[in-house]
Amino acid sequence: MNEAERLVELIPRLRRYARALAGDRATADDLVQDTLERAWSKLHLYRRGTDLRAWLFTVMHNVHVNRVRAARPTDPIDEGMPELATRAPQGDALLVRDLDRAIARLPDEQRAVLLLVALEDLSYEEVAQSLAIPIGTVMSRLSRARDKLRAIMMGGAAAKLKVVR
Amino acid sequence: MSEEPQVTEAELHAYADGRLAPERRAAVETWLAARAEEAERVADFHRLGGALRAAYDPVLDEPVPPRLERVARRHSDWRRFAVAAGWAVLGFAAGLIAGWQVAGTRAAPVAASDGILMARRAAIAHVTYSPEVRHPVEVGADQEPHLVAWLSKRLGVKVLAPKLDEAGLALVGGRLLPGESGPVAHFMYQTQNGRRMTMYVRAESSKNRETAFRYSRENSVGVFYWIDRDCGYAIASADLTRDELLGVATMVYKQLEP
Repeated sequence: MNEAERLVELIPRLRRYARALAGDRATADDLVQDTLERAWSKLHLYRRGTDLRAWLFTVMHNVHVNRVRAARPTDPIDEGMPELATRAPQGDALLVRDLDRAIARLPDEQRAVLLLVALEDLSYEEVAQSLAIPIGTVMSRLSRARDKLRAIMMGGAAAKLKVVR
Repeated sequence: MSEEPQVTEAELHAYADGRLAPERRAAVETWLAARAEEAERVADFHRLGGALRAAYDPVLDEPVPPRLERVARRHSDWRRFAVAAGWAVLGFAAGLIAGWQVAGTRAAPVAASDGILMARRAAIAHVTYSPEVRHPVEVGADQEPHLVAWLSKRLGVKVLAPKLDEAGLALVGGRLLPGESGPVAHFMYQTQNGRRMTMYVRAESSKNRETAFRYSRENSVGVFYWIDRDCGYAIASADLTRDELLGVATMVYKQLEP
């Protein structure tokens, strides 16, 4: 299978990660698009035989960081997002939107680690490689991300998440 | 509290993720059995993973937008060509790509800054002409064949005024604008209730370049822009939503594709 086919095959995975990373669908798909373009222009840096998916997450992570940095002064889309998220879940069911907002409140570097581990099922070593950080940092960010998310999502009532399984 | 073997924070996470080495599992379980709060915390970590997948797995089943598939396949023809023609060509292509990257800003993808410049000019043209009531265009839609022939002649490439009735947009007309490196064609469309969209078309000097759709927002004006071989296009509107604008841009792209 050539690179193009493998890239096409991985698009759904990239979209899932991007959605969790960036929030709304349009921004996420723009992120995927930029990632694919950048992947093509950087393909010579990819080491054959290593996991292409993990490498693409690296590329996406870098693109995302650059976009967030570049967009901040001019792009009003994300304005107010973190503040909106302070409402605690009230119904019995855990709303996807609540999770979305809770994730949006995590610092970028914690969010990336959490999503790569819990959503993409990358090994801790792969996450360390993908994000170019030591494994100890992976573990401490994972720990902070989970505690923070737990605090946001559950407030006092820790039983809420059981609804989702 | 030193009755048991020590358990690290990292091990708790590995346990929650089901990645702990089997020989450590029993130790962690014993440790957790004596600490209800920690046990609850670890169980929550596990549940959070389930919640994440429940929330985002549906994305995997969504149809992939064609634009993403196009980008994923984009360079495959290039590559086959390069392999067939040998390393010299590959080197040339690499140089070309490197050149584009130097031309763009470091953070932005290939040739982004040039596109953004076009988007900005399109946005300025949009805010300049779209509020005009009496003279929005130089040549009206009633003289469309003349308009298209005139603009094509001035740009030196074949320019078309796409049919956008499906999006509820009717051609108002067009005009010639000064551009960065030559004349620019500027078409104006509007909906029945007067919402306006303008299309900015410039001739490209490097004929073999293609970029994907990009979106930029200049104050109140949303712009979708792309380069497709002969021409660079920017679809601008302060009245249409981003989604509507994307629909229009897609429609335009399809009509211009031979």
